[in-house]
Amino acid sequence: MTDELIRNDAVAPAPVAAVTVKARRRIAIQREIVVLLAMLVFNLLFTQHFWSVQTFNVNLTQVVTIVIVGIGMTLVVATGGIDLSVGASMAISGAIAPMIFMHLAGPWGIALAFVVPVLAAALCGVFNGWLVTRLAVQPIVATLVLFIAGRGIAQVITDGSLQAFDMPAFQWIALGKVGGVPFQVLLMFVLVAVFAWIVRKTLFGQFLLVTGGNERAAYLCGIPTARVKMLAYILCAALAGLAGLISISVNSSSDANVVGLGVELDAIAAVAVGGTSLMGGKAYIGGTLIGALIIQLLRYTLLAHGIPDAAALVVKAAIIIAAVYVQRRQR
Amino acid sequence: MKKNLPLLLALAALLLLGVLRYEHFASAYNANAFLRYNSMFMLISVGMAFVIITGGIDLSVGTVAALASVVAALLSPYGTVAAVLGGAVAGLLVGVLNGVIITRLKILPFITTLATSLGAHGIALLLGQNDAVSIAADSSFGAFGQGDFFGMPIPGLVAAAAAIVGWLALRSSRFGRHSLAIGGSEEASRLMGLNVDRTLIAVYAVSGLLAGLAGVILAAQFGAGQPNEGGGWELFAISAVVLGGTLLTGGEGSIAMTIAGVLLLGLVFNLLNFENGLGFVSLSAYWQSVIRGVFLLLVIVLQARVVKRHNRKSAA
Repeated sequence: MTDELIRNDAVAPAPVAAVTVKARRRIAIQREIVVLLAMLVFNLLFTQHFWSVQTFNVNLTQVVTIVIVGIGMTLVVATGGIDLSVGASMAISGAIAPMIFMHLAGPWGIALAFVVPVLAAALCGVFNGWLVTRLAVQPIVATLVLFIAGRGIAQVITDGSLQAFDMPAFQWIALGKVGGVPFQVLLMFVLVAVFAWIVRKTLFGQFLLVTGGNERAAYLCGIPTARVKMLAYILCAALAGLAGLISISVNSSSDANVVGLGVELDAIAAVAVGGTSLMGGKAYIGGTLIGALIIQLLRYTLLAHGIPDAAALVVKAAIIIAAVYVQRRQR
Repeated sequence: MKKNLPLLLALAALLLLGVLRYEHFASAYNANAFLRYNSMFMLISVGMAFVIITGGIDLSVGTVAALASVVAALLSPYGTVAAVLGGAVAGLLVGVLNGVIITRLKILPFITTLATSLGAHGIALLLGQNDAVSIAADSSFGAFGQGDFFGMPIPGLVAAAAAIVGWLALRSSRFGRHSLAIGGSEEASRLMGLNVDRTLIAVYAVSGLLAGLAGVILAAQFGAGQPNEGGGWELFAISAVVLGGTLLTGGEGSIAMTIAGVLLLGLVFNLLNFENGLGFVSLSAYWQSVIRGVFLLLVIVLQARVVKRHNRKSAA
């Protein structure tokens, strides 16, 4: 985590400013961790039956899809963009997968049911990236097209019907367990680690942050900004496609009306609470995980203490405002 | 004007298709029903146009409408005036809250209104106790959504009034000119001595107020306040504004073209119903969103080309 911060600062324009900003920002991301730990301690003291494997698994599995979508969203937000179409990508991928493994038996069917939907989702990303980079359409507007049409495409593919299935080999991605830990949770942690590494250690990661920080300057420095942005949108959509597969596996059914509904706003909230500025130029993958966990744990805490879900929404709103306000004052 | 040509052409083509192909398309009944239903979207789109012109965005309009519909339904036993005012004031309050958070705490409009959207939904669910709230059976409140006034649907008239006032305000009032200036450059407006914060709060308040009115119409039209309605309305309004040629970077925009955008999106749905009524092909409702998306894409692509050519010309 700390490495990620230092690395982010390495691209700050003036070295003098970088030193002072680094010292401050270190506190900024630590605060999110402290908040999470404080909530854990509070729950350990005041919530009954909190310290159990089951509670942890429930809370972690609740955030898996939001975090996986949030990783991609963090990449897109880092370029200064936003992707509203992730829910639609989830629905499309979730609609295609059952059609493949229900009609094509054997291991090939299962393998294709993983590969083809994620590729289809990635194609949505290509489309978004094309609009943003080639036609210079604003990201909100560009991804609005698929936000509106994408779910409709998924519904047309499935004729709007619910596809129920029982396919343990496929559903292992969500229901399988490794040493008592759900596989989807492990997958989430692995993806967070891999993408945190990509952002801070690879050339693409550096290009991503520089592009978001000052696109014009990055372009003049010879950075292929269009390709960087394109890749960010493709990765975002592909990750959303993967999240769609997990979502339908959990439910043992695929309903294009429901899969990934509203996930774009949950993911953006997690990104914002996790410390990544929507202005671009920053990417805290680990922060997004913590942001999603804070929001989920808050909801769990309120529910466990008998406060209705509706009130939890109001508190969630306050938390988002408070978190972003505190981060803003740091800068 | 040239930039709006794609939208106007698409609108004209759809109207022509409707008139030529379907017998009852150009009937008073259809126009009436069309206006009645789309009045809600016109209201929120006018508010959204103002917000986007200042360079902001308002994601809360959908749930604000839901909240206002619940408030109006709860107040309907105390009379129509109380219900309408109550719903409108509920929307206004959320709008003012948006404006205050954006200007005082300096949080991006996207995040602010995303959060207040969640909050408004939560409050609507709490007020409605997680369920729809029926309006008082003996009140005349329902007429606000279902009634006619000189043969015109009342919600359509409300929306038309809002659109005309908005159009005039943007063209020739201080408020409208300030909104455009702030969208062009907030910093420059501040340096020129405009009261930027007050104008921004007013803009979000207007958006909230209009969303509140849309919620009141929703409750009156369907006979119940619906805490879970309004999902996706904000994106409908944004696409209508975008179709109308308003850039999301702010600084320019048109109320009339925004209304044309609403009509286009609404017509797609209307024509689809007629097409299904003919019985040759049965296009499921799911095609509706696909076709809307395709129209949005077409207009965006055409606009991008016009803007590009325009930029090249002015650069040369």
